[in-house]
Amino acid sequence: MKYIDEFRDPALARQLVESIRRRADRPIRLMEFCGGHTHAIFRFGLRQLLAPHVILRSGPGCPVCVTAAADLDRAIALAQVPGAILATFGDMVRVPGSQGDLQTARAHGADVRIVYSALDALELARHAPERPVIFLGVGFETTAPTIAAALVQAESEALPNFYVFSIHKLTPPAIRAILNAGEVALEGVIGPGHVSTITGSDAWDFLPREYGIPCAVSGFEPLDILGAIEALVRCVTESRPTVVNAYARGVRPAGNRVAQELLARVFVPATAEWRGFGPIPESGLTLRPELAHRDAALRFPVAVAPAREPPGCRCGAVLRGVLEPPECPLFRRACTPRNPVGPCMVSAEGACAAYFQYAAVE
Amino acid sequence: MCLAVPMLIKTIAPGDLATVEIGGVERQVSLLLTPEARVGQYVLVHTGYAINVLDADEAQETLKLLAEIGALEGDA
Repeated sequence: MKYIDEFRDPALARQLVESIRRRADRPIRLMEFCGGHTHAIFRFGLRQLLAPHVILRSGPGCPVCVTAAADLDRAIALAQVPGAILATFGDMVRVPGSQGDLQTARAHGADVRIVYSALDALELARHAPERPVIFLGVGFETTAPTIAAALVQAESEALPNFYVFSIHKLTPPAIRAILNAGEVALEGVIGPGHVSTITGSDAWDFLPREYGIPCAVSGFEPLDILGAIEALVRCVTESRPTVVNAYARGVRPAGNRVAQELLARVFVPATAEWRGFGPIPESGLTLRPELAHRDAALRFPVAVAPAREPPGCRCGAVLRGVLEPPECPLFRRACTPRNPVGPCMVSAEGACAAYFQYAAVE
Repeated sequence: MCLAVPMLIKTIAPGDLATVEIGGVERQVSLLLTPEARVGQYVLVHTGYAINVLDADEAQETLKLLAEIGALEGDA
């Protein structure tokens, strides 16, 4: 058992597709929250195999994409603090703010370093004790515990020059925002697998309870996703909304308690601004008051002009599941992965990038 | 961004660092979030941290369930 090939068996995948097609006697509309699922669904051709029985809509599950332009502008300003090193995951450097991106800031002399892990940013701080190292804390529940771990490590080492600019976001409030807005009629949600590794599948109980729709937590291999869709279609056709954990090898109902405790020790929920949504209460993570000395937003107050979205960009509507990327006038014309206008085309897991890479030109 | 890869734990050093392997490539990851992890188990690795130990029994159970759904289709 290596946990990959076993979940790619083509013969079984074909049988699951047939089962879903036979069971869905009318088009059933589901949202895959996670950008990783969007890419896997395209890569394995699942959309075409399931159409028109199952209609899949991409959700806002791409931390890079939902980062507000105003927060990017602040990150770019932080990169320009004299002497500072801004450490970030690679996904963030090409995401456009109001004027330019981190890559452009680097070209103009800012010290922007790409790291693979928050541990690498700690290492930068150890090697440059005279310089502030600001880590751009971006990501959902999956990633936030790793940044929390780095902050705790910095405290225990009394490392004075390590700071975090936290723009972490929580996923359940975004799904609520989509359902509350009612702009897109959804009959079920494919729950994010690695977010749920941390939160547990129980975190999605509110979907059947409050909204009357099922949620199936899924892994990222074809059999995982088909199994989750099969479970959702079954729930919908039998009018039995429930939470199904279709990724039981990696997700426990209660999640990872160690990670949850670490998150609670370092962060508190706060209002966060999402691209396409605006501010959502209790949907972000900010550093606890006792760690205020590590909060880059407080330690290095930067003034930024009011943010503006890239002209014509419809990423906001794409992230809310209201618009499919090819419906955006810029898609494949002014906006391509080489010259992206909006973040959904920049990020490897953005919906626009997935459509560009895999969907046939219509 | 939430990409996580199943990797096999080869060794665990004092502290919380482990050497993990996939496809012949080895790297160091932190087991801080998975203190229960043991050598020979697979963990989900995300940005340098193991975020969960994969459950072999649950994996077999899922494959069995999917095979049953598929077999029903074969009979249909």
